[in-house]
This record gives sequence, C-alpha cells and structure tokens, in this order.
Amino acid sequence: MLKPFEVIETIKMIQEENLDIRTITMGISLRDCCHSDGNVSRKKIYDKITRYAANLVKVGEDIEKEYGIPIINKRISVTPISLIAESSDEEDYVKFAEILDSAAETVGVNFIGGFSALVHKGYTVGDRKLINSIPAALSTTKKVCSSVNVATTKAGINMDAVREMGQVIKKAAELTADSGGLGCAKLVVFANVPEDNPFMAGAFHGIGEPECVINVGVSGPGAVKCALEKVKGADFGTVSETIKKTAFKITRMGQLVAQEASKRLGVQFGIVDLSLAPTPAIGDSVAHILEEMGLEKCGTHGTTAALALLNDAVKKGGTMASSYVGGLSGAFIPVSEDAGMIDAVVQGALSIDKLEAMTCVCSVGLDMIVVPGNTSAETISAIIADEVAIGVINNKTTAVRIIPAPGKNIGDMVEFGGLLGSGPVMKINEFNSEEFIKRGGRIPAPIHSLRN
Amino acid sequence: MRAVITVIGKDKVGIIAGVSTILADSNVNILDITQTTMQDVFTMIMLVDITKSNISFHDLSDSLEDKGREIGLSIKIQHEDIFNSMHRI
Repeated sequence: MLKPFEVIETIKMIQEENLDIRTITMGISLRDCCHSDGNVSRKKIYDKITRYAANLVKVGEDIEKEYGIPIINKRISVTPISLIAESSDEEDYVKFAEILDSAAETVGVNFIGGFSALVHKGYTVGDRKLINSIPAALSTTKKVCSSVNVATTKAGINMDAVREMGQVIKKAAELTADSGGLGCAKLVVFANVPEDNPFMAGAFHGIGEPECVINVGVSGPGAVKCALEKVKGADFGTVSETIKKTAFKITRMGQLVAQEASKRLGVQFGIVDLSLAPTPAIGDSVAHILEEMGLEKCGTHGTTAALALLNDAVKKGGTMASSYVGGLSGAFIPVSEDAGMIDAVVQGALSIDKLEAMTCVCSVGLDMIVVPGNTSAETISAIIADEVAIGVINNKTTAVRIIPAPGKNIGDMVEFGGLLGSGPVMKINEFNSEEFIKRGGRIPAPIHSLRN
Repeated sequence: MRAVITVIGKDKVGIIAGVSTILADSNVNILDITQTTMQDVFTMIMLVDITKSNISFHDLSDSLEDKGREIGLSIKIQHEDIFNSMHRI
C-alpha cells in the first residue's frame, strides 16, 4: 500500500508546484505525401494527419482525467515540409503551411511543427522555396511552427543561411507587426537540431524517425524549486542530489504518460524529453530555481554555474526514470515564458550576453528574446552566428528564437499571450556586424567533427 | 484497475459515509483506507478497485468531485499507477 505522505507528495507537486506534462507530441512521417501536383500532395498531407491524430487530443484528455495530471499541450510534428513540397513545381509553399494549419485545427492540437528545412550544408530547391515562404506562412497561419537548421558539428555553419535567416526573421516580424512580431515566436533557427524534439516551436519529425511516434515533454521547475527550499544552505552535493531525485519523480510521470498514450493510440513510444520547461505562471520558473540556490537575481555572477549544475542534475535524475530519453533534454531559459527571467531583465540583472553564456551549459539557446524593432537583419544574423557557433563547437543543440518587435524600444514590454508570455525588449550591442555577415559561404566543421 | 481516492480538507462528520455511498452505488470495492492529519489538514486515502464499476471513470470522478464541493473538501480519484510510478521502482 502506498504511504500517505507519498500520495500527498504527488498531489502537492501537481496542485501546488505546477508539475505537469508539458506536451504529448505525435510525430507523423509525411514522406509518402509527395506529389508532382501540389494539390494532390496537400490532400494527402491533410488526410494523413487527420487520420493518424484523430484521437490524439481525446486520449490526452482521458489520461489527464484518469491519472489526475495536467497535460497542457497536445501537438503534432511532421517531416520537414521542404522535403515533401519539393516534389511539386510550386514556387510558394504557403499553401502547405495552410493545410498543416487546417489539419491541426481539425484534430484540435494547439501547434503543429515541421514547416522546416535542414540547410546546414547547403540548400536544395525546396529548401530555398520553403525559407522564402516562412514569413508569409507564419503570418497567415495560427498553429504552424517553423524551424531551420543552419549548422551541425559535422557540417559546420552555413553562413549564407545564417544571413538569410536574419532577413526572414525581420520580415516575419514586419508581417506580424500588429501582434508585436508574433510570427518570430513560431520560428527557431537551430544548430545540431534533434529529430525527436516534442517541444515547439522547434519540433519536426526527423527523417530517421518511424512512421508515427509519441514523444513526451515534461515540466516541473516549480517542483524542483520547492524541493530546494527544503535544503536551504546545504552544500552543492546535497543540491544536486535533491534536484536528481525530483527530476526522477517528474520524469517517471512523463514515462508513464508516454507509455499509456502510445498504448492507447497504438503508436510507437519514442522518447521522453527531460526538459525543465517554465511557463509565465508564478511558481513555474527556472530563474527562481537558480535564485533559490543563492543568487540574488538570475543573471548575476554565478548564474552560469548554477544553471550548469541544474541542467546536469536534471539529466542524471531523469535518465534513470525513462527507458528512452531524447529531444532537447535540459533546462529551458526562454525569457518571455519565465516570470523570473522577465523580472531579472526588467531589473537589469540579466543581459543578452549573460544569456548567451548560459546557453553553453543548458539545452537550447537564446529563446524568446525580444530586441528593438530597428535591429538590423545583419545584427540578428550575427546573434544567430554566435549562438550556433556555441552549438557546433560544443557538440550540442543550440537555437535562436528572437523577436525584433516592430516599433518597440529597449524597456518596452511586448505581450504575446498564453504560454508565450510577455517579453521585455532587451538591449543589444550597438556596433554593427554587417561586413562579417556579408561574407557568406560556410564556416568549416571543427576539428573534433573528425572523430571517426 | 485500482485507483486512489484522496480526500483533503477540514475534518467533519460524514466524510467516509458520503464517499463510500457513492462507491457502493457505483459498485466500486474499497480495498484499504488510511486517514491521518498532516500539517493540520485532514487527509483520507482510499485504495479502491474499479474493475466492476457500473459507471465510467469520468462519471465516477465527477460525482466524487461534486460531493467534495458539496461538503467543502477536495475529493479526487486517480489511477494508482501515477503514485506507483513516482514512488516505486
């Protein structure tokens, strides 16, 4: 028989500490949906998604009810659309985004990821068309998320793509100017992108993935912070142990939900992503965990070390709790989606430079960062170049999701709503990087890519 | 399938009667009950077998939650595995 304190602990983690399953994401291969006629291809895409994911939302809700654990999002990721749309001779891929949007609407998921291209070594015809279509696709659709992988440790950095993505981000912001540049919140530029990431906006169904798969992303910064509150002043060994134990418990929830969802949907279980994903809600912040370790404000000296410890302990605790681990796995630091991060920026404790340093030791990268609307495309490209260089050299995933909010200046607040939160406009370096970005070409892969 | 019912709130007369009436009406068998006061809060934990229940899990969950609202307590039913998976290896 379970002990009362165990039952109460679980309930408390869910009710008071915001423990939840952040997302059940169904990955669907669209590789059999290619056709020389775009209309035929789109019909196949729509039919396949709505058939495979017909019960996704219902199964998610049933599990939520039966196990009493909130499952915040049900989502879909698909094969990068550049690979699918390429078979048609259409120039503009916006219609492909629209069909994804309408399929997502039909099955009731809140986001669908995979309006994506992988161009780390160069472009195909389809990649180029897809990237050109991104700004319009993000402004005309609601649920479609887009990502572009511009670098890998094996291939180096495609600086032509880095330059182009700066322009794409600027354009996406302009086309969605009335909502603060919301289009950019649905667009991620990656280095070393994982193929099984369940989290948006960067999710897509990789080409090495099976026909259909269930990936689950957990959350629980609140539960980790509450656990640390009980070991105030203890040494770092104790801090690490406490985080590991909590991460283990959180991940076991994810594993249970993933197995159950995969069983009920008759779909292979892929991975559990061991990420601590914050939300703008009070008590669900990664920044507050770092502050609980003894930092006055997230962003001050010591923040990178605290985050490194947190990220490592989350992985160690989580790995043992799940049979298959993947995706991004680590702590997320999206500024606009984390009440503590927002506060740290507003108070002047957290700068974009410190965030860049933090991305060296945690999962993902410069995430949901709002910069002044007059930031040039070249500067955005240079920010991307720095971030992907960190990923390429350190053999890890990094990403940039940056919003040059039209008409906004440093200190303004931009409201995105829902889980995307609200972001303070951050100061960036005023000196330009234009000549650097203009060079184009590829930055070669680092020496340790030759590991064979 | 086994489930855990938790009742949390201020102690009062008729809690067990209220919950067990619903369970009896739904043909749900009670396997074990423990009750304790944790940090001044009354906590009752019931392990039940719902294999032969004559109503759906959703309806049972709703009627327990309604009962909780009626008597001013939180009453929840959850699949046993959520606790087992977190606390047992």
